[in-house]
Amino acid sequence: MVELGVRDVSFGYGSEVVIKNVTLNAFPGKMVAIIGPNGSGKTTLLKLLANIIKPSTGKIMFDGVDIRRMDKDEITKIVSYSPQENVIPGILTVYEVVLLGRIPYLSWRISRDDLEITKNVLEELGLEIYARKYANQLSGGERQMILIAQALVREPKLLLLDEPVSNLDIRNQLEILDLIKRITRQKEITTITVLHDLNLAARYADKLVVLNRGSIYTCGEPEAVLTPDMLSSVYGVEAKINRNNRFVQIIPIRPLNRGVEALGQNF
Amino acid sequence: MQEMQEICLYRELVFRRLLFISLFLILCIVLSLLNLSIGPISIGIGEIFHTLITQGNDTAHVVIWDYRLPWTLMALLVGGALGLAGLEMQTILNNPLASSYTLGISAGAGFGAALAYILGIKVLPNVPMEFVVPINAFVFAFLTCMLIMLIGKIRGFTSETLVLGGIAISFMFQSLLALLEYYASEETLQAIVFWLFGSLTKASLFKAQVVFIVLAIVATLLMLKSWKITALRLGDEKAKSLGVNTERLRIEVLIYVSLLTSVAICFVGIIGFVGLVAPHMARMLIGEDQRFLIVGSILCGGVILSAGAITSKVIVPGAIFPIGIITSMLGVPFFMFLVIRGRKQIW
Ligand SMILES: Nc1ncnc2c1ncn2[C@@H]1O[C@H](COP(=O)(O)OP(=O)(O)O)[C@@H](O)[C@H]1O
Ligand SMILES: [Mg+2]
Repeated sequence: MVELGVRDVSFGYGSEVVIKNVTLNAFPGKMVAIIGPNGSGKTTLLKLLANIIKPSTGKIMFDGVDIRRMDKDEITKIVSYSPQENVIPGILTVYEVVLLGRIPYLSWRISRDDLEITKNVLEELGLEIYARKYANQLSGGERQMILIAQALVREPKLLLLDEPVSNLDIRNQLEILDLIKRITRQKEITTITVLHDLNLAARYADKLVVLNRGSIYTCGEPEAVLTPDMLSSVYGVEAKINRNNRFVQIIPIRPLNRGVEALGQNF
Repeated sequence: MQEMQEICLYRELVFRRLLFISLFLILCIVLSLLNLSIGPISIGIGEIFHTLITQGNDTAHVVIWDYRLPWTLMALLVGGALGLAGLEMQTILNNPLASSYTLGISAGAGFGAALAYILGIKVLPNVPMEFVVPINAFVFAFLTCMLIMLIGKIRGFTSETLVLGGIAISFMFQSLLALLEYYASEETLQAIVFWLFGSLTKASLFKAQVVFIVLAIVATLLMLKSWKITALRLGDEKAKSLGVNTERLRIEVLIYVSLLTSVAICFVGIIGFVGLVAPHMARMLIGEDQRFLIVGSILCGGVILSAGAITSKVIVPGAIFPIGIITSMLGVPFFMFLVIRGRKQIW
């Protein structure tokens, strides 16, 4: 179990500041969804959490320990990060791609444990039939599943997923998110996932974080966060929110005129 | 039952790879024996073994120990070194066409050799005559690699930077070489052109030992990183997500490969296409798992250069044809075949 703490983290590519003073907590067994418009810094935030890029100010902590003071291999064992992009250039079989997820544990000989876990994950995601195929010859959605399997096979304590279901069909979306949520609960993983689909975010997340131009606009329970106000000021969309059904449902109506809004802010 | 099946899949992958590796190994042995046997006087297999394990001063002993064995070992080891160097260059540069040519290492070595031949410049003083050209070539090949490192340091170790930097360096040394050639006399020009073709005629057991030691060390070091290097084939972004420090890995592998390439080409000149074709062949048969691919590429390079060495002896009876020309001539059609007819994706 790992509790994630982000304290006042900022980051910029060159002079352009992309993440501004982000503070946030995430807890074992809970699923946090990050939402926000394109370019708001969601991917960048996940990369910071995955220790791929380092914050320019502020700190990231696992169980209260600053990750700068942790061993790199130790971090790799704790964190699994599945990037947004899912191109696989090499000629690797699906089996190998998934097995590579266990990289911190692999040596010249592969242990029975590694094979066992790889098998279990492939089965759980219904991917056994692909095991022998070449990963770069699969469809985008199939590859996305493979990369989720690769993230899970490490048995991480902190699971970071960048738009894990954006290329999946409606059934796979539900299946994968159900699975991720179940594993999050069962194994008490701290899961943070970027989701584009607000309806899915509302349905699966225990907590929503709304990122807008690199800052956290608001965060909290989905019902509290998903309001017409938030949608109009963050996404620039007029929307209706239907709370009558079992799930919160967002019905977009029309994009708001950005020019008028910007003018309004200026005056 | 299920568990058994999964373990079996992994076993099957491993078995297939070991099978191809054994195949390459057998080919290496067979070709090496042929290499020892074929020549102006042919020596039978039985006599070869006899000569190798006994002392003696007859013709067979002299021919085998002084000429054929160095030649054979050099073909095997230089081929292996070029195969491995090519593999890792393709991997770290993320470019199927990468080889010592792409990075300008060959051009650098050529320029170093030309300095010795044409201007008589020695990089190191007090070197025995025989080693002036190899040492010059080695130093310049290695300098080229360091120049590429410098570019990487300044602009970041991405494959694009390294490839573009390599092309620039390659052009630079080629033009400097052309300049030297312009001022060279007839005989020295011939010597440098011959060197640029690549040839095994100056092989010796000592040189073979040097190549062997460097190859063994580099291969072992790379083997220790095999999973990380394999992860690089998932793309940088994903390799990073698996905790691989891609930049540091590139630097490290580049240093190993520089050493290996420099040593391989300094003794034999520029032998084209082995470093390009061998890794592709090995990759198609063995897959990307570096634990096996490293060995596979070494053996495959050995097979190709040994076959080339045999061809160079038989193609013009009584003379030794430059091996570099042969590997290129055999390599090009073979490569075209792979590109056009290969059923599998090659990269
Ligand atoms: N490697 C990079 N170099 C420079 N700018 C970048 C880089 N990656 C992302 N950015 C910029 O950072 C901002 C946030 O990007 P990103 O985190 O990918 O957004 P999101 O995932 O929310 O769509 C964008 O404006 C983008 O242009
Ligand atoms: Mg993104």
